[in-house]
Amino acid sequence: MERGPFRSPLARAIGLGSAKKGAQHWLAERLTAVALVPLSLWFVASIIAHAGTDYAAFISWLRTPLATSFMILLLIALFHHSALGLQVVIEDYVHSDAKFAAVIAVRLGCYGFAVAGIVATLRIAFGG
Amino acid sequence: MERKPANLNPTPAQPRPLSPNIQIYRPQLTSVLSITNRITGLVLSLGAVGLVVWLSAAAAGPQSYRFVQSVIGSWAGRVVLFGCIFAFFLHLCGGIRHLVWDTVHGFELRSIYISGWAVVGASVALTVGAWVASLFIAGWR
Repeated sequence: MERGPFRSPLARAIGLGSAKKGAQHWLAERLTAVALVPLSLWFVASIIAHAGTDYAAFISWLRTPLATSFMILLLIALFHHSALGLQVVIEDYVHSDAKFAAVIAVRLGCYGFAVAGIVATLRIAFGG
Repeated sequence: MERKPANLNPTPAQPRPLSPNIQIYRPQLTSVLSITNRITGLVLSLGAVGLVVWLSAAAAGPQSYRFVQSVIGSWAGRVVLFGCIFAFFLHLCGGIRHLVWDTVHGFELRSIYISGWAVVGASVALTVGAWVASLFIAGWR
């Protein structure tokens, strides 16, 4: 917001965001990427190993503590990474007031789907 | 909210330099892989939603799980799944290439093209390998 010609260049630059929080976003994107390399490969390999199995076999696999833990870690890393990546795409291509709303919607959507996936995994792990 | 960037130089002597207009550029391996990493990221975000739907169906019980499995097993489902797996391996290999770049290695033009073609080759090989392995395991069961 322009507030007349009396603001100093420093006052105009302070608090614009990128210089304050860019490194944190960048680091979190890399950290989740590094976590996703083994987690996603574990998931794809497990699905291939279970090709052609029935519901009972799939459930008994996901109920093992290792599979439950890895699935929850995968969901956290996956949706955190998605939220960070989609935010950058929105910031690069959306240049209207819809940008802020879109970033918020993507963030909330990613958190919502992550929680839904974790709850489903826990229901399978601890359900009767 | 969107704030106008501060104009630190109110009277520029010349117009600010612009990025090259990609529409008049011949596509290069580097630029194609760059946008591919973005597009596959978008595809995989939708695939992640599919993963949650699949897990939720499994949590709801055998009927809903079998329904989702039958959707995945249909021809359209298989095409989408194949696309998601190819997108996954492209994004994985492209992402590893980015992580190597983050360590300030592999920026020479020759290295960029070698790693770029390695991403393409590895993604195709891993996708075909994953598909053949799952068909083999499913048939062997």
